[in-house]
Amino acid sequence: MSAESVDAVDAVDAVDAVESVRLSSPLPTGRTAARAKAVRRRRLVVYAARVLVLVVVLGAWELMARNDVIDPFNFSMPSKIWDQIVQWTLHGTAQGSLGEQIWYTLYEALFGWVIGVTAGVVLGIALGRVRFLAEVFGPYIKVLNALPRIVLAPIFLIWFGLGPASKVASAVVLVFFPVFFNAFQGAREVDRNLVANARILGASNRRVTLQVVIPSATSWIFTSLHVSFGFALIGAIVGEYIGATKGIGLLVSVSQNSFNTAGVYAAMVILAVVALLAEGLLTFAEKRLFRWKPGGSGAGE
Amino acid sequence: MISGTPPGHAPAIELRGASKVFRTPSGASHTAVRDLDLTVEQGEFVAVVGPTGCGKSTTLTLVSGLEEPTEGEVLIGGKPVTGIRPEVGFVFQQDAVFPWRTVLSNVMAGPRFRGVPKAEARERAREWLGRVGLAAFADRYPHQLSGGQRKRVALAQTFVGDPEILLMDEPFSALDVQTRALMSDELLELWGGSRPGGRAASVIFVTHDLEEAIALADKVVVMTAGPATVKEVFPVRLPRPRKVEAVRLEAEFVEIYREIWSSLGEEVRITRERGASRVG
Repeated sequence: MSAESVDAVDAVDAVDAVESVRLSSPLPTGRTAARAKAVRRRRLVVYAARVLVLVVVLGAWELMARNDVIDPFNFSMPSKIWDQIVQWTLHGTAQGSLGEQIWYTLYEALFGWVIGVTAGVVLGIALGRVRFLAEVFGPYIKVLNALPRIVLAPIFLIWFGLGPASKVASAVVLVFFPVFFNAFQGAREVDRNLVANARILGASNRRVTLQVVIPSATSWIFTSLHVSFGFALIGAIVGEYIGATKGIGLLVSVSQNSFNTAGVYAAMVILAVVALLAEGLLTFAEKRLFRWKPGGSGAGE
Repeated sequence: MISGTPPGHAPAIELRGASKVFRTPSGASHTAVRDLDLTVEQGEFVAVVGPTGCGKSTTLTLVSGLEEPTEGEVLIGGKPVTGIRPEVGFVFQQDAVFPWRTVLSNVMAGPRFRGVPKAEARERAREWLGRVGLAAFADRYPHQLSGGQRKRVALAQTFVGDPEILLMDEPFSALDVQTRALMSDELLELWGGSRPGGRAASVIFVTHDLEEAIALADKVVVMTAGPATVKEVFPVRLPRPRKVEAVRLEAEFVEIYREIWSSLGEEVRITRERGASRVG
């Protein structure tokens, strides 16, 4: 019902963009307005329901912990977690200010992410374009991918020490593979007509790679960027958890060791907020980059 | 600008005993084109008709230089084709405009690939967009256009390179009937006035629509059921300039249609029977 009305709105928007006259004549304005109102109302209901779910879950948790239905020492409760976050924000953590911990983790994750993405995209496109490389390196990449790479984190700690380098390395190995496979697939699945057309129009091999293969692989690559930033955070956090001097992962580890359950949860909440913000930035960049793509409902054609 | 020496009396395009054998992924070989002889004179519009899937498109890829013949020769202006040439334009069956480029940028692509400075490329692209009636759509992306408009972009993209040889692979087959007739007329107009000095490009137009073939061409080539080879060649002596919808009603058109169909229909039947036996 709502999908249909969204389509109707799109169709009206699209009329001036499309040369052939559409058979669906513009709707009577009264009905259009009513439908728009229904869409707005529905959206409001969805938001309200979401908030309700959150309130119920947190409320139940708080109540059960306060009445000793669940052990407040092991499970903590929302109010204590909130207190912990406020205390960290206002008075800093044992390792320094909260901002510094967040910055460290973000820095490691971002750094690892950029390296992993760059390597993944470059190698993925190269192997996707050059068959010989794909045949030589294919089996090795498969073997490395089969490895549970998070077990490399302790090794990186030995190699690179307690500083950020070991966390960056864990982030890189986690990020590389999904990006690589998507870039590879993207380069392989380029529309052959587009490549033929570019070649007929005089494009050299290099131009075909840069101006046809890479643009058409970007939508594949972007799908992996969303997932892989999460992986970069995991890499950084696990690295910090195993051994570090700063970072949110260290907060988790220190809180755990001092039986501060609220601290563990608080670190998780902070991490979730950071991840969501990063995800939002990525979505924004994606929208800017993919202006050429038809919108979700396919209003263009 | 393009060729230093005039090609003299050499035909624009010539295929001599050309064959093309593809290897299928399973290792078997598939002959798409066998022993094909075809000549297109300078400025001639040749339509190639044949049953679906017989190998008509392969003929075009051989002429374009995208593929090399397994046997035989392909000549353009008397010289063997060894790669993609700047004087060849190709309009594809499917959408082949770049979806991430704007309409203007799509039309600029060819000149830019060939090293024309940006300002000049833009100017030429704008001119061609005007000729195909899309001047107002320069900043749109292809997904914002209709199928017919996208085809016009493809035509502008090809014509902006000022091709001497124009290869068209069922370019209008995805369009609805009315748009198709309109585009055919536009194509004839662009073709007639495309080259400076009034010398029109030499065209191979592949189609499975016999009416379209007769309405457009000087010569209709009927292909056999695959592997494709030339079965018969029919001259079309309808006067130019033509209007596709009008020419269709002339007695001579109907006469030619009947004549060619008696040749083509047989190949279509063979293809259909083969398909049936393959299924059964």
